[in-house]
Amino acid sequence: MGRYVARRLLQMIPVFFGTTLLIFLMVYALPGDPVSGLFGDKGGSPQVIAALKHEYGLDLPIYEQYFNYMRDMILHADFGTQIASGRPVTDVLGDAFPVTLRLAGLAFAFEAVLGLTLGVLSGLRAGRVTDNAILLITLLLISVPVFVLGFILQMVFADQLGWVAPSVNDDTDLTQFILPAVVLGTASLAYVTRLTRTSIAENLRADYIRTAVAKGLPRRRVVGVHLMRNSLIPVVTYLGADLGALMGGAVVTEHIFNIHGVGGTIAESIVRREGTTLIGLVTILVLVYLLASLLVDLLYAVLDPRIRYA
Amino acid sequence: MRGAKSAKWVAIAAVVALGATACGGGSGDSGDDSKAAIDPNGKFSVEVGEPENPLQPANTMESNGSIVIRSLFSTLVDYDASGKIVMVNAQSVDSTDNKTFTVKLKPGWKFHDGTPVTATSYVKAWNWAANPANKQTNSFWFSDIEGYDKVAPAKGKPTATEMSGLKVVDDNTFTITLAKPLPYFVYKLGYEVFAPLPESFYKDPAAAGQKPVGNGPYKFVSWDHKKSIEVARYDDYQGQNKAKNGGVVFKNYTSLETAYQDLKSNNVDVLRQVAPKDLPVYKADLGDRAVDKPYSSIQSIAVAYYTPQWKKIDPKVIQGLSMAIDRDTITKTVLQGTREPATGWVAKGVLGYTPNAAGDITKYDPAKAKALIAEGGGVPGNAISIQFNADGGHKDWVEAVCNSITKATGVKCTGDSKADFQTDLQARQNKQVKSLYRSGWVLDYPFIANFIRDLFGTQSDGNQGGFSSKEIDDLIAKADAAPSLEESEKLYQQVEKELPKYMPSIPLWYYKVNAGYSENVTGVEYAQDGDPILTGVQVKKK
Repeated sequence: MGRYVARRLLQMIPVFFGTTLLIFLMVYALPGDPVSGLFGDKGGSPQVIAALKHEYGLDLPIYEQYFNYMRDMILHADFGTQIASGRPVTDVLGDAFPVTLRLAGLAFAFEAVLGLTLGVLSGLRAGRVTDNAILLITLLLISVPVFVLGFILQMVFADQLGWVAPSVNDDTDLTQFILPAVVLGTASLAYVTRLTRTSIAENLRADYIRTAVAKGLPRRRVVGVHLMRNSLIPVVTYLGADLGALMGGAVVTEHIFNIHGVGGTIAESIVRREGTTLIGLVTILVLVYLLASLLVDLLYAVLDPRIRYA
Repeated sequence: MRGAKSAKWVAIAAVVALGATACGGGSGDSGDDSKAAIDPNGKFSVEVGEPENPLQPANTMESNGSIVIRSLFSTLVDYDASGKIVMVNAQSVDSTDNKTFTVKLKPGWKFHDGTPVTATSYVKAWNWAANPANKQTNSFWFSDIEGYDKVAPAKGKPTATEMSGLKVVDDNTFTITLAKPLPYFVYKLGYEVFAPLPESFYKDPAAAGQKPVGNGPYKFVSWDHKKSIEVARYDDYQGQNKAKNGGVVFKNYTSLETAYQDLKSNNVDVLRQVAPKDLPVYKADLGDRAVDKPYSSIQSIAVAYYTPQWKKIDPKVIQGLSMAIDRDTITKTVLQGTREPATGWVAKGVLGYTPNAAGDITKYDPAKAKALIAEGGGVPGNAISIQFNADGGHKDWVEAVCNSITKATGVKCTGDSKADFQTDLQARQNKQVKSLYRSGWVLDYPFIANFIRDLFGTQSDGNQGGFSSKEIDDLIAKADAAPSLEESEKLYQQVEKELPKYMPSIPLWYYKVNAGYSENVTGVEYAQDGDPILTGVQVKKK
């Protein structure tokens, strides 16, 4: 087990370098550069442009830029400086990540809890009315685009019923995140429900369940321990990958509810060609993905005793 | 009022309409519903994005930062609604030859930290900002001043750190000598780049950019990045535009739609722009709190004169294309009444604006358009394209303009979409535009030269299409050399009258402010640059 974890952690190193290099090259390949972008239509004085480019090392060859960037990041935890605002990227990250963690955490809890409940429910009653009703609802949720759902919920709950504020005004107040979290988690909720349902319905016919029932175990134990543990593997795989997506991919939701999180910051950095900010953000997201998938793999062993890691 | 920001129209751009619901024009500007009691110390909030740059006056080129800067700093002069100069921090700005200006300051002004505003506060600030080592994005604004080319030479190492044209005479007097006479130089002094800086600034300019100390009607309170910026009324302010409210909270919004939602529930008080989605309904929603008013900014289609297609073109062809655009219908339908058809190259509210300056060429006349194009020898290749940035919501009107041109003249017209503004800009700077391109311009200072010299002079930064005419350059030089402001204005008006013969660009329409304010405030007016006048806003008692 310990050796397995160590090996996985070591594997992360090349993945980490590979992703950062790829992103670095991709940003570099985009037309436009962050310094001339500052000047808009009017064009700035060439002296100032040259001075700015020099300050941020943009006049160096690409490999040298990458080397300098990685050196500062690894040795000094320095992610560079945002070109437009002159703020250290670590500050920008420090602003965005806590907000995103709150949003993603709530959305994750929402989709996991509700998704599993609905999935188990419809799996146990496969083919009956409950199952069909849940199927209908989940299909509907999958097919409605996020921004439509966002605007509808905003209109109904904020404008007409007045239960919640239409946008997040204080991002330390978790209650304001409920509506955006519901919107963000909805599509995944539907997937979790479908996955759980299929898996439960299938395993319900498995031999070991029949054995458990034949042994005279109470139904709660059959479902809660024997059935759930085995059925959760595909769901956990999905949830693990989804955590990263919830954090980085919330651009639309963030936009609708005025949340200043990671997704919006990524989109903004791309538009402004702020390579350093972008790589800083994505690097942390990559780490989140890697750790989440490691956790998922370890959970497999917990869920299914047949899986062992040497 | 003041304000320049070429990037401002990026913000506007993000706002431009999608969809096609017709919505009539008209002016619903108001601000006299002052029945409720006023709380003189009440604070109100304004929708603003996160400023891109640190809050240093010479380093702010986009609208989110400049609205904050202008609340914190007062400059020597300002402009009234008709484009006339008003003295603010200056007692007088005099010149006999338009080359040497003597500035006398009003005595008794203080920065927010209590130190006096003196002639040195100005001279030192300008020298600091002009120095390329300090990397201020707006430094080229000082290029009119004598000695700028020594401080920031185009090539080679700087040979001076101070501009020789700036001289402190005494505490309240200094002189500005220009490299060559410029009758409207005083106009430029109203731009926030020419703000003074306190002594404390130079100790740590970066820190001062996060916590600015100015001399304006508001003093800085706090900046919570990406959330809000708060400023409070400066009680010792000496200027006439003392704030009628207790302070302003600049609230950061990720989208105009959200800001509009919050406006409806009175969570934000003043908007600068209504989202396209809400344009069809905002007048009904807000009633007399809806604002619909033109401001000094123009959208046009510029010609890439360096391309083989246009290099040797007869201007008649471009006149024809201009007359093939049905501006009235497009502004009313596709743009939902958010623009007003242009009748010249100079926007309204600018000193020197003349109605109908372009004559017939901005009128829709398909028959004449066809005739003019034929007379000029036709469009080479009989096809044109209009480059635009897809992230700015320009697609719809570009298509409408193209349809109008094709329908009227038979010239094939397509939109050349660039993924985003950066890409669009790079194609323009590298002279890779294939045919025509979209170009927007918000005033820097309300004098006609800003819309002519800064766009169509052969050497101007704003001239990215490579338009060059010796005749126009000569006329501009003559207007710049005029002995007085009035004569310069007249000469520039003549230049504008000449422009139809050269067609450096095709004027399309002027921008309008489509905004609104909440039930908590009254007296909300919008300035020529489209921003709300913060000091005039009054907050109602709760």
